[in-house]
Amino acid sequence: MIKKTSWVQIKKTILEPSERAANLPTPTKQVPLIIWVKGYLLADASIGDEVKIKTLTGRIESGVLVCENPSYMHTYGEFVPEILEIDKICKDTLFGGESNE
Amino acid sequence: MNNSYEAVMARKNQIMKTSVGINYDKYETNYINFDFEEMMKDCGYSLEDVRKIQNDYGVGNTPLKECKNISALARKVSKPGYGARIFIKDEALNDSGSFKARRASIACYQAKKLGFKGVIAATSGNYGAAVASQAAKHGLKCIIVQECYDSNGIGQPEIIEKARACEAYGAEVVQLSVGPELFYKFLLLLEETGYFNASLYTPYGIMGIESLGAELYEDCKNQTGKAPDMVVCTNAGGGNLTGTARGLLKTAKEKIQIIGSSVNLKGLHMANDIDFNKKSFTTGHTGFGLPFMINPDRSDVPRSAGRPLRYIDRYVTVNQGEVFFITEALSILEGIERGPAGNTSLAAAFSLARELKEDQIIVVQETEYTSAGKHHQAQLAFARKNGIDIYFGDPKEEIPGKSIVFPKSVDLINAKDLDLDIIRKKYIQNQMTKSKVLSKKDIDFLVIETNTNKDYVLNEVKKYRVELEDLDE
Repeated sequence: MIKKTSWVQIKKTILEPSERAANLPTPTKQVPLIIWVKGYLLADASIGDEVKIKTLTGRIESGVLVCENPSYMHTYGEFVPEILEIDKICKDTLFGGESNE
Repeated sequence: MNNSYEAVMARKNQIMKTSVGINYDKYETNYINFDFEEMMKDCGYSLEDVRKIQNDYGVGNTPLKECKNISALARKVSKPGYGARIFIKDEALNDSGSFKARRASIACYQAKKLGFKGVIAATSGNYGAAVASQAAKHGLKCIIVQECYDSNGIGQPEIIEKARACEAYGAEVVQLSVGPELFYKFLLLLEETGYFNASLYTPYGIMGIESLGAELYEDCKNQTGKAPDMVVCTNAGGGNLTGTARGLLKTAKEKIQIIGSSVNLKGLHMANDIDFNKKSFTTGHTGFGLPFMINPDRSDVPRSAGRPLRYIDRYVTVNQGEVFFITEALSILEGIERGPAGNTSLAAAFSLARELKEDQIIVVQETEYTSAGKHHQAQLAFARKNGIDIYFGDPKEEIPGKSIVFPKSVDLINAKDLDLDIIRKKYIQNQMTKSKVLSKKDIDFLVIETNTNKDYVLNEVKKYRVELEDLDE
């Protein structure tokens, strides 16, 4: 159970595939248009419940409760070793490589 | 009120008029002509006003830095005596981390002046953080509407970081899955809140960049005693190039070549749910650059103040692998770590430098901040996860959405020229869908819009079934 006034994220379909704009590429036309919004939960609820929230600008939005305290989990990703190869190409070209050391 | 997609789109013009505070009808004359300069003038800010406002709100006066090692690297692969001096305007040092702060500063100042309680912008780019940051300074509420996730809820790393930045400056971020109907939610929010539409494409969004053109010219003169020979602008919606060129025209006496550059994303559809996460650049690419140049008025206001075809001398593309390569080079050779999208113009400049002599000057007019998600390492890791083939070779082989090809040697960084003549003809073709009759004023408008001459325009217009009136006057 997530308590009222908790900071949460909700998700809602705002256009079903049948309601979407004309001339969309097929992969887009086949899926709904979804919206994600964060705000304070207006009543106690559980993940997956239909809820209402109050956003930072004071608007009321409704939708399905996705999570409590939505976090920033983005990173620099798994290391890409080719980047070291770029460094080597740049330095070898500019400074003449190992023979210059 | 009926809030169906069709009903809201039908109310578009009224919502726009109320939320921008500009009566666009005033500038519409004849059939396709509209008075661009009058619209810019009516907004009431001179270049001096813009610079004063920006100075007061943490924007502008960024350093112009000579990239000596990158210039030297270009000379290693140039003919003897060739390889221009490359400078970057380090716009990442604006509050909020990009040149977009310049655009947001005037939009938010105007919103406050008109008495709006808040601002809304539809953007997945750096402009979101810029508006949020400027709104914070003015005590305005702020909503940023972003296209962020595919239908499975997988977010583009760069856009997720931009959402975090908006929230760091106190904005509410409304995130959507892929699709142009984001505009529908944007209109609903403008109607619901009564906030100001801080569009990138109003006169405020463009005149805020004029200071960048003026500053880079003055910086270059002060540091080198000379004007730049070329200024390279990353081009997406066209505002960056338009504002920079206008600032240069107001400040410089010399003729300076204005180069637009975009990342080549040929073959990837911008509104495609699957293509969305196969691209490693979410802005500064041809998916925006070309359609906005051919039809600038496709933006979120009735008439865009970003009109790049008026000012552009040359339009080049670079590949994703080339931009990532030069982003790493900037870090490893110059000690300046910046976000990849802002380095699109640096990759182009590296290639263009080889055409110019050693004492000539190219100015790259922006950089952007970097962070988790918004970094070439993050974008490459994400691309690899999405099955994109990453390897060293000739970047010409790169297929957007399938491969990212790093140059296996520095001489393979080659910007590719797009044919502006074809773009101009397509621009005119698009205009010809709007009216079957053209007046003298319309022809004059097309001449200015395409930066050509009357003979060129008349010759093109003849290919369409249009009636020409009063041309002899």
